[in-house]
Amino acid sequence: MKRTGAQAVIEALLQEGADLVFGYPGGAVLPLYHALADSPIKHVLVRHEQNAVHAASGYARTSGRVGVCFATSGPGATNLVTGIATAYMDSVPVVIFTGQVPTSMVGTDAFQEVDVTGITMPITKHNYLVKDVAELPRIVKEAFHIARTGRPGPVLIDLPRDVAQAPCEAPIPEQVEIRGYKPTYKGHAGQIRALAKMLSEAERPLIFVGGGVVASGAEELLVRLAETLQAPVATTLAGLGAFPEDHPLSLGMVGLHGKPYANHAFMECDVLFGLGVRFDDRVTGALDKFAPQAKIAHVDIDPAEIGKNVRVDLPLVGDARTVLEDLLPLVQPGKREAWLKRLQELREAYPLTYGRGGDVRPQWVIQRLGEMTRGRAIITTDVGQHQMWAALFYGFTKPRTFISSCGLGTMGYGFPAAIGAQLARPDAMVWAITGDGSFQMSMPELGTAVEQNLPIKILLFNNQSLAMVRQLQHFYYEGKYTAVRFSGNPDFVGLARCYGAEGLRITKQEEVIPVLEEAMQNGRLTLIECLISEEEMVYPMVPAGAGLNEMILPED
Amino acid sequence: MKHTLAVLVENKPGVLTRVAGLFARRGYNIESLAVGPTENPSVSRMTIVVEGDDHTIEQVCKQLHKLIDVIKLSDITQDPHVGRELVLIKVNAEPHVRGEIMQIVEVFRARIVDIARDSLIVEATGDEDKINAIEAALRPFGIRELARTGKIALVRGSRGKVLEADLSEQENVSQTG
Ligand SMILES: Cc1ncc(C[n+]2csc(CCOP(=O)(O)OP(=O)(O)O)c2C)c(N)n1
Ligand SMILES: [Mg+2]
Repeated sequence: MKRTGAQAVIEALLQEGADLVFGYPGGAVLPLYHALADSPIKHVLVRHEQNAVHAASGYARTSGRVGVCFATSGPGATNLVTGIATAYMDSVPVVIFTGQVPTSMVGTDAFQEVDVTGITMPITKHNYLVKDVAELPRIVKEAFHIARTGRPGPVLIDLPRDVAQAPCEAPIPEQVEIRGYKPTYKGHAGQIRALAKMLSEAERPLIFVGGGVVASGAEELLVRLAETLQAPVATTLAGLGAFPEDHPLSLGMVGLHGKPYANHAFMECDVLFGLGVRFDDRVTGALDKFAPQAKIAHVDIDPAEIGKNVRVDLPLVGDARTVLEDLLPLVQPGKREAWLKRLQELREAYPLTYGRGGDVRPQWVIQRLGEMTRGRAIITTDVGQHQMWAALFYGFTKPRTFISSCGLGTMGYGFPAAIGAQLARPDAMVWAITGDGSFQMSMPELGTAVEQNLPIKILLFNNQSLAMVRQLQHFYYEGKYTAVRFSGNPDFVGLARCYGAEGLRITKQEEVIPVLEEAMQNGRLTLIECLISEEEMVYPMVPAGAGLNEMILPED
Repeated sequence: MKHTLAVLVENKPGVLTRVAGLFARRGYNIESLAVGPTENPSVSRMTIVVEGDDHTIEQVCKQLHKLIDVIKLSDITQDPHVGRELVLIKVNAEPHVRGEIMQIVEVFRARIVDIARDSLIVEATGDEDKINAIEAALRPFGIRELARTGKIALVRGSRGKVLEADLSEQENVSQTG
């Protein structure tokens, strides 16, 4: 077993089933690249390290596997930070390798030295600085295990150059043994019985699901639970796709920009069952007005989420799928006709509407896209108004098809995430829904997508502005619009073409369907620039400090 | 209210930073944190005294638990336990007040461990109240320097709950519990 540390890493990657690495090289990480060159693992060279993590995250979220990245020491490592924090907030399993200066130089402010384990401590699930090559095979194995189990998350391994080059005799251990890490999958039997009783006896139950359902693959069990109970299902942003939105029991997204009838349903339910959610502030609105009539049950794999933000009547630690498996046989079927009737009234009284806007309505465009792709495409988004319209109007029907920076709200995420998603699912149609602001944060990845021959469709809503921020200034800062208007935007269509991609433009409503059709059929990387008004607003909107039912709705 | 947490952690570099960083970033108030090796060379024991209401302490414990390097954690505030702190106090001691200081030292069952021309170093161990009391008693003489270790603690009895148990046994306990 004469191999270097770097070769041991590659061996471990292969054992973990990694077939793809996103990265960007530099001096300190060259041993890894040298070893990678002789392996069957494919490397995708990005244009900025941040996008390597975003792409790995898009890959991980669409495939359910662990994403892998390489970057060099110093600036390579610091460029990763936003990507890592984004993955951390959305609990995405990514393993990141950074090169480091040789151990003898660590701590001397050597060229391109930075304390990357120190910097990333609060934004990784765990991290390692490898000092002894004999520990390396074990560490890589542990890193994958930690990244993908329990509440998933990013794990970083900082690998000094000399350690990577040293001979490594240690085998990859058969098993992972971490005495301080034993995630709880199986829920407490007594609590599950209590939960079954609580749900069976509820008059107006509401199931509220998030990313945990997607991560654990509980979507089919969820449909069965909802149908058995005849309980409606609302999702968080991260939970989109966990429950099919074309199902009669679907309420869609709830929260700050949730569907109006979903937000109202939260005010009226008598049992709220939160599954794989964390009751984030974007979802609850003012906490003292949240679900005022409801007893709350909360299931999550992370004990620290339970009771963190809202008072919980029935706490239950466990994995969403495992808990549902145990719960389903215990719940009693119900009809709940009065509750379903009430929900129908809410749908009619508080429908989702656009409000006023310009010629081409982005909401309408996204609805058409949803119909044309039958809610089956993989949609990545950036952050801004377009993100909320995608969440509200697309109509997601499958898990792992809505890929967005939900927790951190990172502009620039959507396009590199689409690259990862398309590489994970070459057969799927991948759309990156973006805005002119966000896209300009990761625009150079057009080069990567061209190189990799990826037929991604970029739907760019150009309002010449940071319109979500403009919306905040409209409502909270007396309509004084500062630093939100771009006057130097490029010709996005021309830009796509100069990269050798297809560029198309939508300027009026009649063009929407033909242009979308053309993009869906051409089999090429295509950027569609869709011109919209900066005066569009995302409705509904729950103002700061208000309850979920106190929404601002469009006037017309 | 003050809580005493007994935490067993991996004896590895960086673990203290992880724990301290967690407290800082989540805005928890550490009163004191004492760390040292245990009978098992791969395990360190931290005794953390933290101030907060029940909700905060619950969050502190859960967040600490999430650290991969934390092996075992107990809030021993309500358990019968022995808690001790060590203090070294360098106090002004001109010859004419030395007798008085030595009386104080006697009363607290402390010790004088160093004598200079015009100062003494007093060493005392005890619980927080006692340490506070001796500090207050010596303050009028003029304290030049003072070092406190922070509290360390062990649960009383032959097997202080799972904490004192063998580590591998504990893993079984936590899985069934
Ligand atoms: C990296 C980053 N910087 C700043 C913000 C704050 N922010 C939130 S939305 C937004 C505007 C996004 O503009 P654009 O991508 O054009 O989307 P639009 O709202 O116009 O649809 C900004 C600046 C952010 N979320 N992320
Ligand atoms: Mg914009």
